[in-house]
Amino acid sequence: MAKRIDVSGLTAYYGSHKAIEDISMTVEPRSVTAFIGPSGCGKSTFLRTLNRMHEVTSGGRVEGKVLLDDEDLYAAGIDPVSVRREVGMVFQRPNPFPTMSIFDNVAAGLRLNGSYKKSELADVVEKSLKGANLWNEVKDRLNKPGSGLSGGQQQRLCIARAIAVEPKVLLMDEPCSALDPISTLAIEDLIGELKERFTIVIVTHNMQQAARVSDRTAFFNLSAVGQPGKLIEIDDTERIFSNPSVQATEDYISGRFG
Amino acid sequence: MDISTHNPDTDDTPPPIAPPAADAEQKRAARGATRPGDRIFLALSRGSGIFLLVIMAAIAVFLTYRAYLAISEDDANFLTTFEWNTSLVPPKFGIAVLAFGTVVSSIIAMVIAVPIAVAIALFITHYAPRRMSGPVAYVIDLLAAVPSIVYGLWGALVLVPHMDGLFGWLNHYLGWTGVFSWDDGAPRSMLTVGILLAVMILPVITNVSREVFRQVPQMHEEAALALGATRWEVIRMSVLPFGRSGVISASMLGLGRALGETMAVATVLSPDFDIHASLLNPGGGTFAQNIASKFNEATEFGRDALIASGLVLFVITLLVNGAARMIIARRSEYSGANA
Amino acid sequence: MSHAAAVADKSPSTLKGASLPRWSSWAIAAGALVLAIAIGLAGGLDSKVQWGLIAGILFILATFGIAAKVEGRRQAKDRVATSLVWVAFLLAVVPLVSLLWTTIQRGVKVLDVYFLTHSMGVVADSEAGGGIYHAILGSLEQVGLATAIGAPVGILTAIYLVEYGRGNLAKAVTFFVDVMTGIPSIVAGLFILSLMLMLDMQPFGFAGSLALAILMMPVVVRSTEEMLKLVPNELREASLALGVPKWRTILKVVVPTSIGGIITGVMLAIARIAGETAPVLLLVFGNPFINANPFEGAQASLPLYIYQQYSQSAGSTAAYDRAWAASLTLIAFVMILNMVARGIARWKAPKTGR
Repeated sequence: MAKRIDVSGLTAYYGSHKAIEDISMTVEPRSVTAFIGPSGCGKSTFLRTLNRMHEVTSGGRVEGKVLLDDEDLYAAGIDPVSVRREVGMVFQRPNPFPTMSIFDNVAAGLRLNGSYKKSELADVVEKSLKGANLWNEVKDRLNKPGSGLSGGQQQRLCIARAIAVEPKVLLMDEPCSALDPISTLAIEDLIGELKERFTIVIVTHNMQQAARVSDRTAFFNLSAVGQPGKLIEIDDTERIFSNPSVQATEDYISGRFG
Repeated sequence: MDISTHNPDTDDTPPPIAPPAADAEQKRAARGATRPGDRIFLALSRGSGIFLLVIMAAIAVFLTYRAYLAISEDDANFLTTFEWNTSLVPPKFGIAVLAFGTVVSSIIAMVIAVPIAVAIALFITHYAPRRMSGPVAYVIDLLAAVPSIVYGLWGALVLVPHMDGLFGWLNHYLGWTGVFSWDDGAPRSMLTVGILLAVMILPVITNVSREVFRQVPQMHEEAALALGATRWEVIRMSVLPFGRSGVISASMLGLGRALGETMAVATVLSPDFDIHASLLNPGGGTFAQNIASKFNEATEFGRDALIASGLVLFVITLLVNGAARMIIARRSEYSGANA
Repeated sequence: MSHAAAVADKSPSTLKGASLPRWSSWAIAAGALVLAIAIGLAGGLDSKVQWGLIAGILFILATFGIAAKVEGRRQAKDRVATSLVWVAFLLAVVPLVSLLWTTIQRGVKVLDVYFLTHSMGVVADSEAGGGIYHAILGSLEQVGLATAIGAPVGILTAIYLVEYGRGNLAKAVTFFVDVMTGIPSIVAGLFILSLMLMLDMQPFGFAGSLALAILMMPVVVRSTEEMLKLVPNELREASLALGVPKWRTILKVVVPTSIGGIITGVMLAIARIAGETAPVLLLVFGNPFINANPFEGAQASLPLYIYQQYSQSAGSTAAYDRAWAASLTLIAFVMILNMVARGIARWKAPKTGR
């Protein structure tokens, strides 16, 4: 059920400012692809073009193609709302709905689409929370507000919320940057499990994290501040970190800049 | 900020690096009011605060005293009488009609204004084209500043003549309920008053709600969007829950205005001292309107009676404000960490 | 593309929602309007308001029906919400535009220099002529005196609450400032009236000022408090660490940093009390002659003038025209105060870098 992503010639703008230019890549189903690169290189912007969240920002628009199993997300007649159901997203800072309980947070996406029986809903919530390795910690307080959890738990709650609607692809925008090392480890373990079922794309600032969790790594860079970000190379993670084909990648990975 | 470590016995322009304070003075220095300048300034500002408290106390005491003078002479039940004859001997007056009219007109205003105001606030923050939302917000802002007497003049000379059509229509289709029956009199009735009050409090409620909706963190809206929510679902899932307490407090602010509004009601309503089932037929009255209309002809005793009715209005507005604050306090506990 | 089509054949696309074309909303709106007019004409409804209401209801029903059929229920709900928000906006615009338009259109008829510089001294309410000089004078004096009392007390109270306020006194003041914000203006008027009854005094301008000052204080306290809270603590600490006494820190550092916002708050409060009618009606009484002394004898005031022209003229057009012209003057005054205040706020916004 996981789907392949095929991007060709993608350029994204904020108003008249070109944020990323001419990016092409393929993301295989049931794999983890990490985006790395210096701040402002457009890796988060690129990630947001993959489920049409980019156009939510005022002035955001896109040229080029993003194929999800051969269907262009930006073709005429495509409904962005349906796109976001197929391509879920986890954000940098955990953002559970503050007025909803833990249960309602996980069920939120399901309730949008049609009516579920209570027992059905409870099943899916339990399955999703288990899938996010959170079930044992919250099963006794499903009716408490989600905002009462710790940062790491909140982020796993957000992951449970995202996988509850059974997306084909899961995008993660620096999901651990606001978390402590132990919570980070929990999320990284979870990513390893989730890739059995989903296509996962993760943006990270942390190169060790990219090396630990991903199968393939894409390196983004920009020639100067204000210039659009570009994809420098994408390859198997092992190769990127041992023997990259572009000098800039090696410089970045070995800490010479960025 | 509270721990001032400056030397207490130098003049007002001490050297840049103050020597350590003398031990004996340290305690008083920590309280921050040892120099003459500090003491005078603290006395002035604290005095102003106390002055405000004194005014509030004085309002309560004097109104109660004058009201007592009036009510103790009242030959009828002050709470239940449908009459306002302060020049009779013995005088007979009661607030039943006024309380009823004040509540009814305010409820009509709230029922109309709150949904529309919330919709306009959403329009400005989430629906309007970007180029439009700024000017719209600005105009609504300015309309909140239009004096109530101008609304009153507009209500009496423009709104009232335009109500005939609506009233005829309501009477035709809903007249059988009694609430919307109409005997073809001038439409200077509670419904017209309610509509005018709605127009008046609309900008107030809109402005506050708009500010609240604007403060909804982007990440909550994105969370809903990323789940595949439509725009309306985003609003229902993240914007409205986040803004609920703000909308409630905005509505209470509007309600307070509507309850105490004087001139707009006085210009539009053609009052009498009776409770009518129909909202369309003229008649009834509100506390504030009654005070303004009866004041000119009132004797000193009549004025005391009006003060007594004003005291009741005062208590009602206090209760509404108190209720609003309690609702907000309770809501904010649940919404928890929303940083 | 043929490849994509082949795949789409295999498994129906989950991404494509059938969607209505862009022009559909306009088409539905036009259809609803035509139908409403037809119904209106056939049913003999002569009020345009009814036509509009019918058109609005038809538009929303049709939008829901068509969208539910083509796009599904969720999209239909979304579309209805969108149309409701637009309808609410248009519904609210009508009275607000009408208010401004009527005031301007009817106000300019008699508004001229003569009108601004003459009183109603020798003009009967039902005759044409006369002016609002006495009312403007009264309003300026009453509002000026109210500001002279209300603004300093309000600002000092706010300073107390932000800079010194801890403990029960500060809590009580905060609470009662909230309570005071909710006092209806007529109640403030009644309070001063009860004092005047006690002292056996006749109406005079300053009595009105006192009531207006009571209405002004809580507004000033709230806005000033907000502004003072925006001043970063680092600034206060920097000044205190230099050995500057607290009161000079407040006067030389804290207040100047937020002065733009404080002035804005005071001006908005002035704009608010300048339009108050109820307390002035009780305490100042109104006077067709010029009375420049706010401490003795009945005075006029602009909002009160509007009310009395309306209520005491028995429907004379000349009096209504004067009421509209005075309204226009009052609105212009209030609007100018508002705009200047906003200008100052923008120009002198505290640079806190948030």
